[in-house]
Amino acid sequence: MIGDRIYLDYAATTPVDEQVMAKMTPYFRDYFGNPSSSHFYGQKAETAVEDAREIVARCLGSSESEIVFTSGGSESDNLAIRGVGLAKLEKKGANRILTTPVEHHAVLHTVIQLAQYFGFMIEFLPVDSTGMVDLDDLRAFLRDDVALVSIIYANNEIGTVNPIEEIGKLCRERNIPFHTDAVQAAAHLSMISVSTYADLVSIGAHKFYGPKGVGALFIKNGVELIPVQTGGGQEFGYRAGTQNTPYIVGLAAALTLTQSDIQKRATQSQYLRDRIINGVLADVPKSRLTGHPHIRLPNHASFAFKNVDGNKLLMMLDSAGYACSSGSACKVGDPKPSDVLEAIGLSPAWAFGSLRVTVGVHTTVDEVDRFLKTLPELVQKARAAG
Amino acid sequence: MRQTVVAVGMSGGVDSSVAAALLVEQGYSVIGIMLRLWSEPGQEDSNRCCTPDAMAQARRVAAKLGIPFYALNAQKKFHDIVVQNFIEGYSSSLTPNPCLDCNQFIRWGHLMRFAEDLGATKFATGHYARLRSINGNTFLLRAKDDQKDQSYVLSVLPQEKLQKTILPVGEYTKTEVREIAHRFGLSVAERQESQDLCFLAGKDYRQFLQRHTTKVVEPGKIENSKGEVLGEHQGLGFYTIGQRKGLGLSTSRPMYVIEKRAQDNLLVVGEGHELGNNYLLAHLATWIGREPPTPQFRAEVKIRYKATFAPGLINVLDKDRFEVKFDYVARDITPGQRVVIYDGEFVVGGGTIQSSKNLG
Repeated sequence: MIGDRIYLDYAATTPVDEQVMAKMTPYFRDYFGNPSSSHFYGQKAETAVEDAREIVARCLGSSESEIVFTSGGSESDNLAIRGVGLAKLEKKGANRILTTPVEHHAVLHTVIQLAQYFGFMIEFLPVDSTGMVDLDDLRAFLRDDVALVSIIYANNEIGTVNPIEEIGKLCRERNIPFHTDAVQAAAHLSMISVSTYADLVSIGAHKFYGPKGVGALFIKNGVELIPVQTGGGQEFGYRAGTQNTPYIVGLAAALTLTQSDIQKRATQSQYLRDRIINGVLADVPKSRLTGHPHIRLPNHASFAFKNVDGNKLLMMLDSAGYACSSGSACKVGDPKPSDVLEAIGLSPAWAFGSLRVTVGVHTTVDEVDRFLKTLPELVQKARAAG
Repeated sequence: MRQTVVAVGMSGGVDSSVAAALLVEQGYSVIGIMLRLWSEPGQEDSNRCCTPDAMAQARRVAAKLGIPFYALNAQKKFHDIVVQNFIEGYSSSLTPNPCLDCNQFIRWGHLMRFAEDLGATKFATGHYARLRSINGNTFLLRAKDDQKDQSYVLSVLPQEKLQKTILPVGEYTKTEVREIAHRFGLSVAERQESQDLCFLAGKDYRQFLQRHTTKVVEPGKIENSKGEVLGEHQGLGFYTIGQRKGLGLSTSRPMYVIEKRAQDNLLVVGEGHELGNNYLLAHLATWIGREPPTPQFRAEVKIRYKATFAPGLINVLDKDRFEVKFDYVARDITPGQRVVIYDGEFVVGGGTIQSSKNLG
């Protein structure tokens, strides 16, 4: 069954790379020790965790003491925002958080909680119709009472890549901590200089052929942060709990595999991405690209189809053997247009009909062509079904 | 040859779960679909037919059976057709049965069309009724389990739809269905069997109507059959034929609603012996075999879902209408409800009750 199927949802998650699996395996049984233990077993595990930290630090151009392992991108976002927000509130009384309306929910919902329970003010930077932040807007919003700026590196739904380097520099000029959710970006863009312009960077392993349930947060030296999860003082006291050694090993292995091959992978995916974009826009009536036409993730194509129930289209695609995603994806039959699609100004007639097609290292030209051949007919059916 | 693809309407309950399991066992390629139906704003999770728990349950069953599962949004369609008909029915002093509309327009309409778009050629549910193919026509029969029979609520389905339908559990008794669930390792949890309408979330329909229409709340006179004014009613929509309680009358003998006269906004009440009619006129006729068997025939009819069978003479008036002359007086013939005609096990057809009277 699975053999006939075509997976085009790499932005949702990716299969674990075989080399990564091989590196992880010994840490489940052979070297299963607790990294905090002082004996042989503990030291083996600790070495693995610290080696992994070194590898991740190298990929992000940072020092090892700036890398904290977490349970994934969402936890990294939570730790960065809640941790810095609360630290700032205590020290300086800065209570504004500057973010965008196109963040991942891990950022958005954390910020909203800070506003509801801790008295923070949220300010949303405007984004243009491609979902991109404007630097002049940012300049106008950066004031001394801003505790933290959090802006997504590359958007998961519409693929647009923000000018993170410039944003980071502006924040640094004003000495305001800048967090970026690089969960999508780390799988496709070079992260080697990210530490020179961002103060906090979230990544999650399963977007780049690592395991689910493990991530990391880069925390620039000197940035003050209150731990969210307290306990045994692991991870420099920022994140308590026995480290998940095999998964941390997996994250490091996957990140270094991806980052060392980033240009080649980007070129390959971009070819497939553009084939999808051109094919869909040519063959599907009343279709448009969402997100930026070219400043976007190299593996990411996203569309809106007018008067189409995107949820229904997804189910039809699944039945035909194609796994994709939608901005209004919903498993309980109560779809709503996503915050992101509303923020970029899509009217409901378009926003309900969104489709995200993301490719990866295993995607072939043949798979893309089969998809392109099937899609127009299914869109037409989904449109007629109303 | 490719397997026949069957879509099963799932509810998370034991009946549709067993329906899906039986189809998988019979070698079909099965897709599970659950409808998301409408509820009043703020009550989204309390629709009896699709609570989050029920949806999670259905999803688990599908996973255990190894079939794909999808939730289909039918909120707008359900509201625009089923809820609107319900409100309009009561506004015209009828007593509609929304479950029939739901079956006709949502389950065997919206859902079935979607199933076909997914590539399904057959559509199944967990209803208790049976289907038999005879000379190219598909006939609808009462369930093996008389207590559970749901042929009444399926009687509105046209022949083309019946031909594409499979009703796996109608061939079993409820006890057998529970045993089958056990055999497949499925939960036998089920929704409370209830006459309540799913979108009322267990609350009174009168309050629902008050929130959604002004027409039913127009007060008027209560009279007896002699035309004597006995009191005032709150709006015809709040009363049903045969109702005794809540009339607010201080009469020496118990009084029953015997007629709702919409054109005069008049509620007619009478004593027990005045209640009951032996004639009804039905319209919007449908016939399982596309045509009535003969212009006039004897049969048994049901005048509401849970009514007992009543013998009578059916007289077909035209394509749309027929009349029923009952052998005995029936106490609660209610305009707006469906009258369904049976010939033994077989459903012959049905119509919507327009009016009734006592021929004496």
